[in-house]
Amino acid sequence: MAASVLDITDLHGGYSGGADILRGVSLSVGAGEIVVIIGPNGAGKSTVMRAVFGLARVRSGRIRLRGEDITGLPADKVVRRGVCYVPQVANIFASLTVDENLDMGAFIRRRGIAEAKEKIYRRFPPLDKLRQAPAGQLSGGQRQMVALGRALMLEPELLLLDEPTAGLSPKYMDEIFNIVDEIGAAGLSVLMVEQNARQALAMADRGYILATGKNRLSDSGRNLLANPEVGRMFLGGEGEGDGHDMQNDGGVVKGGGRDSEDDGGDVKNRDSHG
Amino acid sequence: MTVATLKTVTPMVELAQLLIYGVVLGSIIALGAIGVSLTFGVLRFANFAHGDYMTVGAYLVLPFYAVLQLPMFAAVLIAIAGTALMAVTIDRLLFERLRQAGPLVLLISSFGVGLMLRSVVQMVWGPRTLVYESGIDLPLRLGALRIKPDHLTIIGGALLLVLTVHLLLTRTRIGKAMRAMSDSPELARVSGINTAQVILFTWVAGAALAATAGFFLALDTTLLPGMGWFFLLPVFAAAILGGIGRPYGAIIGGYVIGITAEFSTLFISAAYKPAVAFAIMVAILILRPTGILRGN
Repeated sequence: MAASVLDITDLHGGYSGGADILRGVSLSVGAGEIVVIIGPNGAGKSTVMRAVFGLARVRSGRIRLRGEDITGLPADKVVRRGVCYVPQVANIFASLTVDENLDMGAFIRRRGIAEAKEKIYRRFPPLDKLRQAPAGQLSGGQRQMVALGRALMLEPELLLLDEPTAGLSPKYMDEIFNIVDEIGAAGLSVLMVEQNARQALAMADRGYILATGKNRLSDSGRNLLANPEVGRMFLGGEGEGDGHDMQNDGGVVKGGGRDSEDDGGDVKNRDSHG
Repeated sequence: MTVATLKTVTPMVELAQLLIYGVVLGSIIALGAIGVSLTFGVLRFANFAHGDYMTVGAYLVLPFYAVLQLPMFAAVLIAIAGTALMAVTIDRLLFERLRQAGPLVLLISSFGVGLMLRSVVQMVWGPRTLVYESGIDLPLRLGALRIKPDHLTIIGGALLLVLTVHLLLTRTRIGKAMRAMSDSPELARVSGINTAQVILFTWVAGAALAATAGFFLALDTTLLPGMGWFFLLPVFAAAILGGIGRPYGAIIGGYVIGITAEFSTLFISAAYKPAVAFAIMVAILILRPTGILRGN
């Protein structure tokens, strides 16, 4: 494995006032790796990501970025160290135009913003014609592109994606997975939480399965796909099937759910594994 | 702003005259309401001291204009700067510490801040009404219409400021960040937006608008320690009418309430003008609680 970009060791924590959601999670992301986290609702998948951005309370354990301790660092400082994050819900600025959303992604950047935007528009052609449209009026798939585009504006070293395909139609789902694959191929490190386990594991270098806030299994994406236990739990049956069968809320375009005020824990995640 | 219902005035002219008064009143309300909406949008905080920020702004013009004899424009600029500095200081000393405690605690503490400001103004300048300049502001004649130069200043000044706010919110990096934070504070933070800087700027902009609104109000009427406090009702009504947290809605709300209040004097006593704002606010809360532009 290449040198680690992100190292999380024995993380315990949650949200103030509540019981711990994370009860000993360890994971790492190597340079240029795509790493996928899967697991049932309430496993702490989103909370791990939120902890990296100082949005969840860490009681014990360490988060290191390229060996430097960033545990509890406020979000804007984490961004400055080259990590960008796409939350699962409320991941666009709804009243801002597509163009302004991209501007906000580059808030800490003073130069090269126009070039960076053009790059995003080339990567997401459907957005090119929608530059001046308020992001809140776009379809679910287009919104997800805006969210990804915003996070890519800083050309981060590490990208955290929390269920980027949640609630998307199969067509958009494939498109988003392709984009993540391209991002990985371009050398970025990606840590992704996904409910569409089969497709996600197929493209991942490695995967982690979390349950009740702890590591349950970790292996290469291919080995996890072949593992019968994983198949029973997350892939809706034994062995390889067709990629979409466990996606039972695929058609709900509004599933991005950006109006939800409380995107705190995992408990509210859509139940979309067979 | 009562209407001189002279026998010679035709109904059309009277309506046009009322419209002018309504636009003047609406301009002042709108400037106040934009500030309330900005602070609510960015901080989720209904600042009940905002009316008293207007009062402070209005009174700060006095020493520089009436005592030091500076030009009016310069005195107003100094008053704006002073009010902005005060708003930022109050935030640092008080509101910033209470932000974790929740919106209700903030709201009540802003009541207290307003009370203190009103008392300080009364201690320094006394409880009696004051004016910037004694004498009569002779109206200009536009055909059958009459319009006071002060009213032209207020309407023109408000339009200029509304345009400035629009350019600020849509063309500048910090203005877009204010709108972004108003949409989603958490996403703003994870995007790397320096939220402390945005908050600071929001107070500066809100207080500058409040000071100008206070100055215009005093120019149109008189200076009184309670002037801003009594004006808070139409200001909040306008912010809610437009959709709280939506500055553009606040502008629309301000003019709607100002014009409606003036036209109401055709049917009811002018003493009930504040009640008109209140009635509109109650109606909008029942019929469309999110306001015209769907607030936060």
